[in-house]
Amino acid sequence: MSSIPHDLVVGGVPHGEHAHHPKGIMRWITTTNHKDIGTMYLWFSFTMFLVGGVMALTIRSELFQPGLQIVNPEFFNSMTTLHGLIMIFGALMPGAVGFANWLIPMQIGAPDMAFARMNNWSFWLLPPAAFMLLLSLFVPGGASSGGWTMYPPLTIQQGMGMDLTIFAIHIMGASSIMGSINIITTILNLRAPGMTLMKLPLFCWAWLITAYLLIAVMPVLAGAVTMLLTDRHFGTSFFNAAGGGDPVLFQHVFWFFGHPEVYIIILPAFGIISEIIPTFSRKPLFGYASMVYALAAIAILSFLVWAHHMFTTGMPSASILFYMYATMLIAVPTGVKVFNWLATMWKGSITLEAPMLFALGFLFLFVIGGFTGLILAIQPIDVQFQDTYYVVAHFHYVMVAGTLFAFFGGTYYWLPKWTGHMYNEKLADWHFWLSFVFFNVAFFPMHFLGLAGMPRRVPDYAQQFTDWNMVSTIGAFGFGLSQLVFLTAVVKCIRGGAPAPAKPWDGATTLEWTLPSPAPYHSFETPPTVK
Amino acid sequence: MVRKRRELARWLRRAAIAALLAVPAAALAVPPWYFQTPATPVAREIITLHDLIFWICVAIFIGVFGTMFYSLYRHRKSVGHQAVQFHENTAVEVIWTIIPFLILLFMAWPATKTILAAHDTAASDMTIKVTGYQWKWNYDYVQEGFGYYSTLATPLDQIEGRAPKDEHYLLEVDNPLVVPVGAKVRVLVTANDVIHSWWVPAFGVKQDAIPGFVRDTWFRADKVGIYRGQCAELCGKEHGFMPVVVEVKSKDDYAKWVAEQKQKLGAAAQNPNKVWDEKELVAHGEQVFNANCAACHQAGGTGNAAIGAPALVGDKVVLGPAQHQIDVVLNGQTDGVVQKAPTGGKMPSWSQLSDVDIASVITYTRNSWGNKAGENVVQPSAVKAERK
Repeated sequence: MSSIPHDLVVGGVPHGEHAHHPKGIMRWITTTNHKDIGTMYLWFSFTMFLVGGVMALTIRSELFQPGLQIVNPEFFNSMTTLHGLIMIFGALMPGAVGFANWLIPMQIGAPDMAFARMNNWSFWLLPPAAFMLLLSLFVPGGASSGGWTMYPPLTIQQGMGMDLTIFAIHIMGASSIMGSINIITTILNLRAPGMTLMKLPLFCWAWLITAYLLIAVMPVLAGAVTMLLTDRHFGTSFFNAAGGGDPVLFQHVFWFFGHPEVYIIILPAFGIISEIIPTFSRKPLFGYASMVYALAAIAILSFLVWAHHMFTTGMPSASILFYMYATMLIAVPTGVKVFNWLATMWKGSITLEAPMLFALGFLFLFVIGGFTGLILAIQPIDVQFQDTYYVVAHFHYVMVAGTLFAFFGGTYYWLPKWTGHMYNEKLADWHFWLSFVFFNVAFFPMHFLGLAGMPRRVPDYAQQFTDWNMVSTIGAFGFGLSQLVFLTAVVKCIRGGAPAPAKPWDGATTLEWTLPSPAPYHSFETPPTVK
Repeated sequence: MVRKRRELARWLRRAAIAALLAVPAAALAVPPWYFQTPATPVAREIITLHDLIFWICVAIFIGVFGTMFYSLYRHRKSVGHQAVQFHENTAVEVIWTIIPFLILLFMAWPATKTILAAHDTAASDMTIKVTGYQWKWNYDYVQEGFGYYSTLATPLDQIEGRAPKDEHYLLEVDNPLVVPVGAKVRVLVTANDVIHSWWVPAFGVKQDAIPGFVRDTWFRADKVGIYRGQCAELCGKEHGFMPVVVEVKSKDDYAKWVAEQKQKLGAAAQNPNKVWDEKELVAHGEQVFNANCAACHQAGGTGNAAIGAPALVGDKVVLGPAQHQIDVVLNGQTDGVVQKAPTGGKMPSWSQLSDVDIASVITYTRNSWGNKAGENVVQPSAVKAERK
């Protein structure tokens, strides 16, 4: 089962470097090559990251001081809504799929993804979806402004911007489901001979589990937004009490998707970190098996904790206790992962190149986000923090300092393989330190704002919150501008730089480092044998 | 090229230093960074619980990252450390699974006790029904038989920067909720349109207001004073502008206040046909307008085309027959173009306002911003006659 005969995979496909494919724009539109598609996913993700970032800076500019100065409240709400949707569905999720496309075939010794044409289609669904989301800013009534969580009845009231959002989510969901089917099939069927599941690189394990989560929950989200659509236009009353429905039902269905979704975003990051730390510690991962079990445990628990997002809706004590205990339990497998990374570094031979810096930054800040998550899990404390800036701080520590930092680390780690050039270490170090400092300047004060009682999603605030908001806005601009350093480092690396050897990192052990740099357009046409 | 790069590096270094300095500089003034002073036993328990768990987390954090930094310091290649190739140790892995679990049990115990205590709404001394509206609160004293709306009192001029902001900017209302000190107040929370959330940080109470459903919560304030909170669930464009203000009075003052409210209620009921003069109506109407209408039609009556709210300056309904305007305000817009917009896009019914309020606000629109309608004064009795 662990491999299929060579001629089946590459039968009829021209071999070698001289790949027969169209040139120019048609190459990218028609490509079925996992490397091309991975590249497109990553550039799409970065573009959306800049678009969502501009929205974040619009939000932070308005919040620089109390009063309404720059935007009106409706537009402000559209900005918070679109910032969330674009960062989650446009930047983080496609970013992770970009890494998957580039690396999974190379890490398991496969020539390409299992369904190469579907792979093309999964990517090309995304630009129209993003276009619809952005188009919604220009329709009568403006873009959806009910938050990325889209709670009815507020979203029932909105204009056609909300319908565009619903359709965009449908399309992006279809893209995710196809991508996941592709990844699962690839990992289960196209592994090189000898690569048993328990020899799979951890990045592939993380993505395998993520893909199952995606298949389980994306249809649930599609169902929730479809019910919104029929409530809006076809007279149903799923979420309308007057017609026998219940607004809270939406929240249950949404968060049944929404909680696994946060693990969908963080698990691939865990995978990347689990590749980087052993490489730069020059030691194998301390507990491979327990890392795999911890990933699986987190994934299973993620289906049992959704109502902790709804602790203030008024639930019976028994439900509150169940969801609180289940949520707290997630700390156990998360702890196992963190301890494993530490034990991997322990007595290693550590060097601090940019990928490792980002991995350590990830570890440090993600653990802060993990602890605030534990504090939020305690329901009585959550009553104070629900819908305040404390929550905003918490999820930016795990999404930005967590996933995004892992993506930066992963980019520097694999850039030599992707481009055939070494990146500029100095520029990358600057990128790390600027990002690290400004991230904390932007988001750490949000804990204080939440503690002091500032609600989230407000365009204006009482005067006692002014100072921390100013600090946060300065940090946000610093963080945003620091990403131009990243762009420079990547573009410079693509254009040139010291030629990269096949294995630029002496501690790396996975199969992609056995290929030359840059990786040939078609790789592993003959599967390697794994001992 | 090299010089340019060096200049850029110098600039970046300066920017980084400035950013690093920004944090301690801002901290010198010590703006609020911690919980508000609690005024109920539940709020105090929440803080105790938070502090306990916070310090446990800090201790673990120091342990974990102490280890990491030690390892970074001692086990670097640059100091000549050779990697020791070890991995997998069942005993260690079992220990680092079980110890966190035990710590969690230790945290769960006090949390469970607090939850059970905070959810006991039995044996309350009084009940108040709170209803969230876009964008104000209604407080209904169920047992006393009166109720009223509570709306943001901060003038638009302060929000839009034309006037200096006062001390309680955005956290002030026209009519606060009034409760007696020491009484266990049961709060029934619901909403009229979309989901809101009634939150008073000093009480440790936050309850979502869900249209069509009634949830309950409670508090027992143990200090006289004024406590300020806000709506905590995104409820549309004025979400940031519907504060919750609770005034806790002594038992005697509260009794006096209740008597006053009842007297007012009685006076209004006895005298529905009192004839008001134009000045009185316009003065009261301006308050009603700013509290209820200005959100869409704007303080200067200039309207907001983006959400389908017409300008009232020179508007044909305002300058036309009074009866039609009364009908529109009472029943909402039922004729003409209905534009679908973020906030519904159509004039809603304001029948929940009193006859005096509606008469005043109509009179105000007919005599302001250069408007001078033919029938420029509308009496409460005319509104009463129009109600169905």
